Amino acid sequence: MSSNAKERMLKRAAADIVPGMTVNLGIGLPTEVLQHVEPGVPVCLHSENGIAGVGPVLSPDKADRNLIDAGGAYVSAIPGTAFFDSAVSFAIVRSGRLDLSLLGAFEVAANGDLANWKIPGKFSPGMGGAIELAQKARRVGVIMMHTDRKGNPKILDRCTLPLTARGHVNRIYTDMAVFDITAEGLQLREIALGSDLTELRAATGAPFHVPDQDLPRF
Amino acid sequence: MTLPDKRGTIEEAISAIGDGASVMLGGFGVPGTPFCLIRELVRQGPRNLTVIKNDANEAGMGVDWLLENGQVARLVTSHIGLNPTAIRMMNEGAIEVEFVPQGILAERIRIAGAGMMGFVTDIGLGTPIEEGKPRIAVDGRTGLLETALRADFALIHADSADSFGNLSFSASARNFNPLMAMAARKTIVEAERMVPLGALLPEHVHLSGTFIDIVVELPELPEVYGVIQR
Repeated sequence: MSSNAKERMLKRAAADIVPGMTVNLGIGLPTEVLQHVEPGVPVCLHSENGIAGVGPVLSPDKADRNLIDAGGAYVSAIPGTAFFDSAVSFAIVRSGRLDLSLLGAFEVAANGDLANWKIPGKFSPGMGGAIELAQKARRVGVIMMHTDRKGNPKILDRCTLPLTARGHVNRIYTDMAVFDITAEGLQLREIALGSDLTELRAATGAPFHVPDQDLPRF
Repeated sequence: MTLPDKRGTIEEAISAIGDGASVMLGGFGVPGTPFCLIRELVRQGPRNLTVIKNDANEAGMGVDWLLENGQVARLVTSHIGLNPTAIRMMNEGAIEVEFVPQGILAERIRIAGAGMMGFVTDIGLGTPIEEGKPRIAVDGRTGLLETALRADFALIHADSADSFGNLSFSASARNFNPLMAMAARKTIVEAERMVPLGALLPEHVHLSGTFIDIVVELPELPEVYGVIQR
């Protein structure tokens, strides 16, 4: 995948972060989305370790040793930032105050199941806050490369790995396409410049609905 | 009337922790981790400990010292991905690890500190997280019973403390600290600054000293509390 396709995927996901939202961004690609959100957009970033209103990342020489986000990056306070304990932090998540959670994934299924915390026998560092973020945000978005490093599909009919949450993913952003997960199944919404339907079907492990009208490109 | 003085020495405070004890450690990454209390726990060396902490810190700091010294039998945590020693010891069976979703870990501790036995939640329903937890119907919805999590000791890091143990925390160093301080039979605090009674405005006390047993003032902060240079 070209870095160009990755940038367009990030930019596309950023377009869904709109004024007024409270948003949590997972480690990796989800956090990179932030670079494509216009600085003037009024958004409240939440971090699991007890911050609402997370400010920009600081270099180590400017960092406050007591102020990190849940991914361990040194962040800053902005006017209006609040700190709280971990129970309050997850009260925000579980009670539906989080408008959007963007997460990475190993696998996503056409029914909205998500697997992103454990590969038995290979990778088992613990789930951190992923279970609550994937189950309780008002909208759950997954951002990931369309296939794994070997080219295998990551969007599947059913997940094969232990689930993080069952049936809660609303939207998937990849370097090839944007899908929504609805009661009627996996819906193709947009397709990346440079991708075509044949290629997309071959790289996707589940059938999906294609709209009759022209697909928007991103 | 004056409030009781709970100041003590670090050696005396940690000497109460014996073999087989359960110990909560505050902190999320570096911020809020009571490194000096952990250092003393390593020096005194009680073994077969159950350690309850959000994460396992990183190589060469905090929980890692206890692991490397063979003092930990069991770790209750949400994520150990930044500590290769913890991963290795878990895979070799040298320690038992119980993973708890981060918000459930916080709430189980909060509930213990609030004097209750458990709570019902739908977090993890229908996933491997459900294993071993009774299903309970509440108002027509199904949830899982999560039990309170308490410990023999809590080791807490605060920014400021007075002699009664009223505490304030800095920025993201609050995290699990006030929750754990409420959930242990004996709570030991290390404070960066001791301030006179009354210096912390009553409105600015993050946790009342009623939950605290011993307060230790840190003479100077070792490098481990600093910014990690990556």
